[in-house]
Amino acid sequence: MSSPILKLIAQRIALGVLLLFAVSVLIFTGTQILPGDVAQSILGQSATPEALANLRKELGLNEPAVVRYFSWLGGVMTGDLGTALTSRQEITTTLMPRLWNTLFLAFWAAVVSVPLAILLGLLAVRYRNGPIDKSISGFALASTSLPEFFIGYLLIYFFAVKLQWFPSISTVYDGMPFLDKLRAIVLPATALVLVVLAHMMRMTRAAILNVMQSAYIETAELKGLSALDIIRRHAFPNAIAPIVNVVMLNLAFLVVGVVVIEVIFVYPGMGQYLVDHVSKRDVPVVQAVGLIFATVYISLNIVADIAAIVANPRLRHPK
Amino acid sequence: MSKELEYLSRRVAAGKLSRRDFLGRAAALGITAPFANTLLSTAASAQEPVKGGILKAGIQGGEATNSLDPATFLSQVPFNFGKCWGEYLVALAEDGLENRLAEEYGASDDAKVWTFKIRQDVEFHNGKTVTAEDVVATLERHSNEDSKSGALGIMRGIEGLKADGRDVVITLKEPNADLPYLLADYHLIIQPDGGKDNPAAGISAGPYKVAVDEPGVRHVGERFANFWQADQMGHADQVEIIVINDATARVSALQGGQVHMINRVEPKIVDLVKRVPNVEIKTLSGPGHYVFIMHCNTAPFDNNDLRMALKLAMNRQEMVDKILRGYGTAGNDFPINASYPLFADDIEQRTFDPDKAKFHFQKSGHDGPVLLRTSDVAFPGAVDAAQLYQQSCAQAGITIEIKREPGDGYWSEVWNKQPFSTSYWGGRPTQDQMYSTAYLSTADWNDTRFFNERFDKLLLEARAELDQTKRKELYREMALIVRDEGGLICPMFNQYIDAVSDKVAGYGGGVNHELMDGYALAKCWLTA
Repeated sequence: MSSPILKLIAQRIALGVLLLFAVSVLIFTGTQILPGDVAQSILGQSATPEALANLRKELGLNEPAVVRYFSWLGGVMTGDLGTALTSRQEITTTLMPRLWNTLFLAFWAAVVSVPLAILLGLLAVRYRNGPIDKSISGFALASTSLPEFFIGYLLIYFFAVKLQWFPSISTVYDGMPFLDKLRAIVLPATALVLVVLAHMMRMTRAAILNVMQSAYIETAELKGLSALDIIRRHAFPNAIAPIVNVVMLNLAFLVVGVVVIEVIFVYPGMGQYLVDHVSKRDVPVVQAVGLIFATVYISLNIVADIAAIVANPRLRHPK
Repeated sequence: MSKELEYLSRRVAAGKLSRRDFLGRAAALGITAPFANTLLSTAASAQEPVKGGILKAGIQGGEATNSLDPATFLSQVPFNFGKCWGEYLVALAEDGLENRLAEEYGASDDAKVWTFKIRQDVEFHNGKTVTAEDVVATLERHSNEDSKSGALGIMRGIEGLKADGRDVVITLKEPNADLPYLLADYHLIIQPDGGKDNPAAGISAGPYKVAVDEPGVRHVGERFANFWQADQMGHADQVEIIVINDATARVSALQGGQVHMINRVEPKIVDLVKRVPNVEIKTLSGPGHYVFIMHCNTAPFDNNDLRMALKLAMNRQEMVDKILRGYGTAGNDFPINASYPLFADDIEQRTFDPDKAKFHFQKSGHDGPVLLRTSDVAFPGAVDAAQLYQQSCAQAGITIEIKREPGDGYWSEVWNKQPFSTSYWGGRPTQDQMYSTAYLSTADWNDTRFFNERFDKLLLEARAELDQTKRKELYREMALIVRDEGGLICPMFNQYIDAVSDKVAGYGGGVNHELMDGYALAKCWLTA
């Protein structure tokens, strides 16, 4: 089985890299058409013309865009994301802890939400159209219909302000004991779980139900297998591809889409970092963060594709 | 204990009421002398600073882009943290200025040459002694034309700087009676060698040493053992600022006990926060104001009748009631209020007068709508304020067209560019500074395009005048000129609204800015 699969995987990865290049061009162009300019935004309302001119010169804003693009790309290829315009710090050194924080939060949210969603999906199928299925679906749909900030505020109100079980602000920092860190992120992680749960759970349920209508399931039923066995041995393995797909999509969201949650819980992750720098027009940082987000997104999609290829023999032999 | 007694006993403890008067008032309220004495000692011990603990503040206005270089300070968090680790020459106080590193200062008769004597034996965090040379180097760095310091504008009047033993001698191009006030600017933290080697090292002579600096996340200061004024500041072992830009998160962090004080409570939720047990709301009327600005040199605003019509069509009280929910005062179309020492309080308050507004509008010969640009970033509630204004103008027969601009780029594309827009001013410590920043013909931020020779002349005259009575008169005349001819519609002065936990003592005494001018962390202490 090896060579056609490896070839397909290599193709997917090559395509991903190509896509990343295209994205880098998009990000660069996008940051060029933001209104206002960096120098003005750094200095804000109190900018004097002299200070503006000095800063512009210092930041090299007078060079043409193409030159700046290639020097940026060259840096990125060698692992140098450049220097933040506003604080003059190496982007790599300031960004890495933030990325780490975001991954930490996303990891725990995923550890809880992925098995939970799949389990709930399976349960819903097993007891489909019964009260269990209905209450699982109802709860999931309700939590996904509420805006993230509302879920966040509800959690803060009940668990931080009223009961005082968990802190309402999740500032984590280097050297914080691991258990304290976990305690600090309980509320934002819960909020994230509630946000992504429904999507994954509904998709699991739909994918398995879809498979359940196939002829071989009927055969299994006629063979006398129990409902759980049918789901476990025949339906689930065949529904893996769409489930992995939606799981990956949600994992990507956990990394790149949590700005609101990070702001509400004052969590020092990438989202807040990006927002601060966008509003200051700190272009190199915006570009770096954009590129990292794109990388996460594209890699997770590649993983989903590869999983689908491995899970479904038909995809290995394209006609 | 009744509120009144409690208040009175705190006044005694703060030295604002005599013990005898207190006992008299207590007797009048039917309290026996022994009990009154007990009250008094409780209040006094509550006033005695307690050392220790970690004092935390949740503050709006910090970004990942902040730096410890005082020249780049712009938002609230660096401002507040700067007051924890930085030391200044002088600081604003309730009755003028307080000497910090300057032991004394004085001016030549023409207010052109100023001498500051630097306090002896004050130590920087790195162990070096503060010298006049360090002060000179600091001022040099901020006044250098290549500098991008936020204080550059006010430092431009300096012609010469030199250190002479313990003295710092500052020679000005033009006389300026307000120079010490300028030097209280929050950017001018005195650093070793002026911070020329490493401006962002965070080293000065303040009560706390920088222990953690994570821009946009949190900042921690650790008590500096050799602080020169240890009995008055630096009571907590540690101070921590947590950057909380979300208003709801700020309030819930205070409620949940994760921070002891927060800034910027939104006017619309103040009444809710007041109901929270163990939390006190602190308001401060400062010089900050919300404005509608017209360019006096751009049609149709180059017509004083039209400007007058637009001023008269502003319902100031309604703005204060609805936009500020009462947390502020009505403005009078000049940028000065009672928070300035030489404020003239006898200028007639302009009120909403649709008939007079209609008259001036017709006299101006302008017809058709007037375009006003606004955005939520101009000031909190700016878009609502614009709509209220639209309605009051309609009563005077003036049509206002509102254009809502994106917050992104508002300061670069709209404010100071477009002829009619909304904005805010944080105010300045002195009238001279406020007027020279925004109303002098040559001002960098003359955002009303106000060019008035008489006004400019008066400003320079007042700046050189050391006689306070005469100065006050000059400022009064300038206020009238701006009020009646300028392009400023100033409907309201906003109050700063902080909320503080009842575990905190020593809060109070700030002028001009929120959280006790940024000194709350440095001066307060924890009682429990």
